[in-house]
Amino acid sequence: MIHRYKLNGYNIVLDVYSGSVHVVDDVAYDMIGLYAEKSVAEIVHQIQSTYPDVTREEILECMEDIAALKDAGKLFSKDTYEGVAEHLVKREPVLKALCLHVAHTCDLNCSYCFASQGKYSGERALMSFEVGKRALDFLVENSGSRRNLEVDFFGGEPLCNWEVVKELVAYARSIEKDAGKNFRFTLTTNGMQINDEVIEFANREMHNVVLSLDGRRAVHDRFRVDHAGLGSYDRILPKFKKLVAAREGKGYYMRGTFTHLNTDFTEDILHMADQGFDQLSMEPVVCSPNDPCALTEADLPILYQQYEKLAAEMIQRNKEGRGFTFYHYMIDLGHGPCIYKRIAGCGSGTEYLAVTPWGELYPCHQFVGDPAYSMGNIWDGIQNSALQEKFGKCNAYSRPQCQECWAKLYCSGGCAANAYHTSGDIEGIYEYGCKLFKKRMECAIMVKAAEAEMCEEE
Amino acid sequence: KRIKTIETKDLAKSVENGGCGECQTSCKTPCEKK
Repeated sequence: MIHRYKLNGYNIVLDVYSGSVHVVDDVAYDMIGLYAEKSVAEIVHQIQSTYPDVTREEILECMEDIAALKDAGKLFSKDTYEGVAEHLVKREPVLKALCLHVAHTCDLNCSYCFASQGKYSGERALMSFEVGKRALDFLVENSGSRRNLEVDFFGGEPLCNWEVVKELVAYARSIEKDAGKNFRFTLTTNGMQINDEVIEFANREMHNVVLSLDGRRAVHDRFRVDHAGLGSYDRILPKFKKLVAAREGKGYYMRGTFTHLNTDFTEDILHMADQGFDQLSMEPVVCSPNDPCALTEADLPILYQQYEKLAAEMIQRNKEGRGFTFYHYMIDLGHGPCIYKRIAGCGSGTEYLAVTPWGELYPCHQFVGDPAYSMGNIWDGIQNSALQEKFGKCNAYSRPQCQECWAKLYCSGGCAANAYHTSGDIEGIYEYGCKLFKKRMECAIMVKAAEAEMCEEE
Repeated sequence: KRIKTIETKDLAKSVENGGCGECQTSCKTPCEKK
């Protein structure tokens, strides 16, 4: 399977099953489009009709190049991975990541919060050290031979339970050497309680820090307000700048959410870049279609244009030496994920679990609070093995709608939670999300083509 | 030359040398062995 598209002056051909990317001229673009269906004579005739200046010899030379790429397995390659998907379904689940809900409470009151202002439709609660310690032991016990283990301190707002976060990091560090493990901690925060002590600790211990900022002040303060209804932008921005400056190159993301009310979200990303942040992420809101901030079908062309505008702006700023990264455009074509990872995806419910303040296990943070998706607890382990099995079957090959999709080895079949919340089934698809994903991947690959061109020019 | 191929990882080869599982989980915002 191939996918051809034109974007920002580039003609790009993606060979889906080999992962090969080709940048071609108009003649080759049209010829590749005809190659599988037409005879050589028909292709020559059609190309000469469209491009009168191109000789028959040149067309035949290009045909040879296409045939050579096909023979090399870099064009029109076949799908040979169904067996890999079957292997993934049969293998025993090995845990490697936990989302620790250390606080089901929050000092902000954002109306668009998927976690209902941090409470996950339940009671406010803080995780005790004892529960967190047991969760870390549970992770080590169920991680098999995996060395790298990930723990995200999440909420609600994890800084509402900061002392426990620090105690849990200290505990993990005390056991990791003997256990033969390497803990990688991450922290997701709204920034309200950041102070010098948080900055010092986070920059020493956290592999990544995610800082919630929606962009321009008016956009951010529309939703991200405290319990008195006051916007948080002016309070958190200086703290974020201080934390990032002290981070000295360690990973972080400025992470925003855009909604129907700011479909010009590229302006918010550029605002963050202009504030000096250079590792950026901006995600579409996922909420009830009846919500006034829900994205609509009519928004789609605007969002496509925004993603394209962002890609072009990133290329330009990169040339000017003031580039920034955008989460979705970070693809490693040369050393990216293996086919197992591309098919399996995030591993929710199998490799990755969320732990509530009470020690209950869920497939991921987006299912927390839904009793139908409770999987067990950190003392007794997985109690609902049928549910875990169902999540284990979710992959790029499990959904009929994905079979002919060129992007399936990039999205791995998409997000089970989004599928569930929009279609009622984790094995469904979130079609709106698919459309945005495909546009983002087209932009990401185009940015890589531009980078390759820049390297050639240098 | 009408076709430029960007150097990319050969996915088919990773059937043999992939699957170690040491990479980061990816959702909440390279292969570990490169």
